[in-house]
Amino acid sequence: MAKATFLEAIRQAQYEEMSRDERVFIMGEDIICNVFGTTTGFVDAFGTERVRDTPISENGFIGAAGGAAMVGMRPIVDATISSFLYPAMDQIMSIIAKSRYIYGGQARLPLVIRSCLFYGNSNAAQHSDRNYSMFMNVPGLKIMVPSNAYDMKGMLKAAVRDDDPVLCFEDSTCWMSKADLPDDPDFLIPLGKGDIKREGNDVSIIAIGGAVPLALKAANDLARDGISAEVVDPRSLVPLDKELILRSVRKTGRAITVDPAHQTCSAGSEIAALIAERAFDALRGPVLRVATADTHLPFSPAIEKALYPSPERIVAAARQLVGIRQPENA
Amino acid sequence: MTDGQNDRSLEKYRRMQRIRQFEDLAEAIHAQGEIPGSLHTYAGQEASGVGACMALNDTDYMVGTHRSHGHPIAKGAKLRPLMAELLGKATGICKGKGGSMHLSDFSVGSLGETSIVGSGVPVAAGAALGSKLQGNGRVALCFFGDGATNEGAFHEGMNLAAVWALPAIFVCENNGYAVSTPASATVPVKDVAERARAYGMPSIIVDGQDVDAVEAAVAEAVGRARTGGGPTLVETKTYRYADHAVNMGRILLDRGGEVDEWRKRDPLTLYRAKLIAGGTAAALLDAIEREVADEVADALQFARDSAWPEQAEAFDDVFVDRLPIPDFITA
Repeated sequence: MAKATFLEAIRQAQYEEMSRDERVFIMGEDIICNVFGTTTGFVDAFGTERVRDTPISENGFIGAAGGAAMVGMRPIVDATISSFLYPAMDQIMSIIAKSRYIYGGQARLPLVIRSCLFYGNSNAAQHSDRNYSMFMNVPGLKIMVPSNAYDMKGMLKAAVRDDDPVLCFEDSTCWMSKADLPDDPDFLIPLGKGDIKREGNDVSIIAIGGAVPLALKAANDLARDGISAEVVDPRSLVPLDKELILRSVRKTGRAITVDPAHQTCSAGSEIAALIAERAFDALRGPVLRVATADTHLPFSPAIEKALYPSPERIVAAARQLVGIRQPENA
Repeated sequence: MTDGQNDRSLEKYRRMQRIRQFEDLAEAIHAQGEIPGSLHTYAGQEASGVGACMALNDTDYMVGTHRSHGHPIAKGAKLRPLMAELLGKATGICKGKGGSMHLSDFSVGSLGETSIVGSGVPVAAGAALGSKLQGNGRVALCFFGDGATNEGAFHEGMNLAAVWALPAIFVCENNGYAVSTPASATVPVKDVAERARAYGMPSIIVDGQDVDAVEAAVAEAVGRARTGGGPTLVETKTYRYADHAVNMGRILLDRGGEVDEWRKRDPLTLYRAKLIAGGTAAALLDAIEREVADEVADALQFARDSAWPEQAEAFDDVFVDRLPIPDFITA
């Protein structure tokens, strides 16, 4: 067990799974030169047949991953930045999500498509997408958005072993966060199992990906005001641990969803709807959504930062729901 | 002609007959409303599919298109599950969840008949990559039409297969039309085969009405693919007799006397004449036609006798584990 970053967690998960199972291989743009450090040492360990640089041709190589999966391989595709999934929507939506279904279960597509959420650092609108919610609207794709290095490692290893296609979204605001990473080769965190990151009684904050650290910071601040916030991390959006979310909301009676995606049709919106439908009787106020504003992300840092969820916006939402309390030791 | 050659020729004739009679029957019962949805028939293109598939081993892979009935039959699939699928029955090859555009039988090496034009090309490249990584000697063949060669997926899949020298065969079944638009209006080169040059890939143009010629052309490509020589683009010049889809209530395009001209070079008629000229008894071919008629009738009876899928089936095969079934379904 040693402290390591989120990116190192990805590297370890991939390395361990490629060592364990020779059907696993990785391909994508600039894998060999190893831009983000998630394939350090891979060519030496596994050779260039299993560590493949691709043309800049997302529809081609993501579709090829689907074809390779159908004949018994277990590809990991590194699509780099999630905005680059758009050229491959044809293959992701029509082939990868639907082949098992339209062929009546004859096809099996065990593959992982990794991409990062590359927002918050003046990369302008075309490189800053947080687009997991879009993929939730099509059945057949599992979707994970881990918020820390520990979850990342266990979930990515589980994703590689999963027999269904998994989209792994990697929040770049978490890249340098560190955690103790187990070195057990079978350390797995199953998809579909959420996690309570902090227990509390007054309000449930259901946060996604990079919003989890923001929610934890907000919960600290709220504690000073005497507000006890529970932070719920779904970790995967498909399958979604609905019972964990509903149990928390039934306990606290209040809910805020925090989602780095644009608000309209976001995962946070879907979770808010779930709570309104199935825990309405327990609610003591409206379900509030803290999300990125429904506008594009501008280049200038002077006007980009304020558009995202922040601890301040989460604190304000919690205060609105709970009402301002006196700090306990004031 | 040796007995072995003769068996092989008769098998080609049998498979072409299966496709033609299957399509004629499907079109007729679709007109009566027994087949739901749209129906894209393969009649006219039989020599292209059968010639190509006869050049493959049973374990080789194949990816096809929305015009999906001919490919699995060409590769040797049984007719009962195919016809049952057209009728939307539980015994269908896709359990009633794919229908006419997706008659894909994985037991004969199919990896899908996909109805988004061009989308099969990257899949075939990926299957070929899988073969290469596994070192199993299998090749992957992809069927698509002239229209697909304007899709990005076609170019990306071709490029990938070429740059990685994958064991793939790309078969463009050029029937002259993308729905109603003639290839001359959308493809700026005289032959689709020319597009292979952009990928440093060899290409072959072949008469798509001549099943032996198609088989020979594809066999050359398969030989190259299997021995590490990389992919080939084969263009079969062929024709579909029906409109893009049948029984639509109106004709999308008046092709004038063109259909009659092509019918003069009907692949089944041509092959029958060739076999008889080569010494095959007409009675033998007549017997094959009768056997196929019985087979097709049996497939329809099987489909009619089969049960509808259970409602819960709609929630199976989204993932490996069945999805939960919502209350409004179970109530």
